[in-house]
Amino acid sequence: MSLLLENVTKRFGDYTAVDDLTLSVEKGTMYGFLGANGAGKTTTFRMILGLLNANEGKITWNGKAISYATSPEIGYLPEERGLYPKMKVEEQLIFLAQLRGMKKSDARMAMNKWLNRMEITHYANKKVEELSKGNQQKIQVVASLMHNPQLLILDEPFSGLDPVNVEMLKEAILQFRNDGATIVFSSHRMDHVEELCEQLSIIDKGKQVVSGTLRDVKRSFGKQNVRINSDNDLAHLEAIAGVTSVQKSIEGALYQVESEQVANDLLTAALKSGPIRHFGIEEPSLQEIFIEKVGKQHA
Amino acid sequence: MREFMIIFKQAFMTKAKTKSFIITTSIMIAAVFLFANMEKIIDTVKSVTGGDGDTSEVMQVLDESGVLAERLKVQLESSESDIQMELSGKSEKTLTDQVKEGEIDSFLTLALDDTNTIQANYTSMSAMESALPMMLQDALQSIQTEMKAEELSLTGEQVQTLFAPIQFELQSVSASAKTEEELSQARGLVYVLMFLIYFAVIIYSSMIATEVAAEKSSRVMEILISSVSPVKHMFAKVFGIGSLGLLQMALLGLAGYIALKTTTSEMADGFFSVFGFSTMNMGTLVYALVFFLLGYFLFATLAALLGSLVSRTEDVQQIIMPMTLLIVAGFMIAATGLGNPEMAYLKYASFFPFFAPLVMFLRVGMLDLPVWEPLLSIAIMLVTIFLLGWFGARVYRGGVLMYGPSRSLKDIKKAIQLGKE
Repeated sequence: MSLLLENVTKRFGDYTAVDDLTLSVEKGTMYGFLGANGAGKTTTFRMILGLLNANEGKITWNGKAISYATSPEIGYLPEERGLYPKMKVEEQLIFLAQLRGMKKSDARMAMNKWLNRMEITHYANKKVEELSKGNQQKIQVVASLMHNPQLLILDEPFSGLDPVNVEMLKEAILQFRNDGATIVFSSHRMDHVEELCEQLSIIDKGKQVVSGTLRDVKRSFGKQNVRINSDNDLAHLEAIAGVTSVQKSIEGALYQVESEQVANDLLTAALKSGPIRHFGIEEPSLQEIFIEKVGKQHA
Repeated sequence: MREFMIIFKQAFMTKAKTKSFIITTSIMIAAVFLFANMEKIIDTVKSVTGGDGDTSEVMQVLDESGVLAERLKVQLESSESDIQMELSGKSEKTLTDQVKEGEIDSFLTLALDDTNTIQANYTSMSAMESALPMMLQDALQSIQTEMKAEELSLTGEQVQTLFAPIQFELQSVSASAKTEEELSQARGLVYVLMFLIYFAVIIYSSMIATEVAAEKSSRVMEILISSVSPVKHMFAKVFGIGSLGLLQMALLGLAGYIALKTTTSEMADGFFSVFGFSTMNMGTLVYALVFFLLGYFLFATLAALLGSLVSRTEDVQQIIMPMTLLIVAGFMIAATGLGNPEMAYLKYASFFPFFAPLVMFLRVGMLDLPVWEPLLSIAIMLVTIFLLGWFGARVYRGGVLMYGPSRSLKDIKKAIQLGKE
């Protein structure tokens, strides 16, 4: 039970939008898809949904190709709000759920449950264009979840939501995962991906530059951060071999180091100049990895 | 089929429920009733605003001959005209000033020249008015004739024979031609139905294009086509809006029927019979329905194809312009044929699929065509609709995924390419 992309390549004329992408998402897990704008995320999603065909490689869901026959099992949240602005929330949600194979009565029940859960029941009779962006996004999320999909494709699900609503949505998505759904989502927010995803990919210009479990990605990045707080002057630490960069703060400094050995060297050197108040080895954040892997090539 | 019905219903219901649809339909129905009862309404207005006293005029007459005014009065009375005249003693100049100042509407000066020919001069503010001077001219013409006849000492009967009308009838040898009487009867009906077809096709096909572009711009299209194939979506949309069009036409037709049935009898055999409404021709109505449907599907598939190419509703009018021009051209060609439906170019145009809905309808409504002609034209249209549907579906598949500043017909190629991928 999983989503499998094997050596998928998509070209538009001379332009390669997705280049040799391989990934697998197990049932009951969440996969984070990171990439700068125009990296090929949406194209990948469209291929998973069957809207575009890959030039090379294949995409399977539970061993089968994805087609309109499997559409009731799939939930899709497009990046930009995909709703009829002039249609009432209620009519719209039932219409979209019916298209995903639900009966009208079931759709109504599911809709009430979800609107309730998202605390937006009072918008049921409003037109979508009358709602705020955040509430539109919530409606959009309900539209993609209502029919209880087994495979959820979420393109930027958290954009435009305030922190309270982000938590509400995270909870809903986590519940789906715990119930056994397979979830792929893209985001610019690294913290969301770190928090939610077992596995992730960073793609840049159609190429997968980093992939694997969160821990593997961080380990294989090779670099770690060492934070030392001290009242003494630590300027001489910058010269130690293996320190790649230093960020000074009021209380001390954050050193990016190449290996754990360098961290030990730093500690020894720091203690020589007097007592320290804090010493810690921190894993690199996804943000750093992303900027390092994607940002540098752009520069 | 299930998804088809869901989208069909959605396309139909959301439009049918909009205020704009309900309001325009009501206004059109009201207009039909208003038009059918126009005469009654005018009469009512007349009687309310003071009746005849207001409309009949007292005309000042300046008679230099001394005999004409009296004869004119008799003549006008005998022809039951409601023109009131009054002999004026004032000078021409004073009267002219009065006209200028708006105190009187007009005045007439009458004189006889050396040869006893009437010299009449009608003065009014502007030359716009034509009914009254025409009547006066007619009346004076008969007076003149009488006077000359008296001069030549001819009797009344002798004068009558001078003016006996000749027998002149139009006869046509063409097999397809209808008699002049039939033609003018058919003309009104064909004209009205042609207009309906023209408007309906233009309105509903551009509605399709706008709908498709709106779905694209709101990105709801992405969700739709991830649940339903674009081709199914396109045809469900075309059928949904088409049914909406049929409903509106049916409501209008019903309103027209009721309006004609309930209106005063004068109307039915007066003005309306001239336009062929009293002799409703069932055949023409059936053809109107057939050509409306064919025209609609032909242009709606084209419109859906074009609408899928743009990603903003603002660009819709621009991209469907060539299509709109085709419809307008078809209408123009058909309109020129109302006077003479036997023209050769009409025959050719009626087999060109994009003109056929209007031009063939015109010919079939106005002429007695051999059955194969409309059938062939219908067949040509069906084939074209089929081809357009097939081609349109291919463009549509890719078109709906295309975003960006695409607003030219060149994008069709790009869309097909994308649809294949």
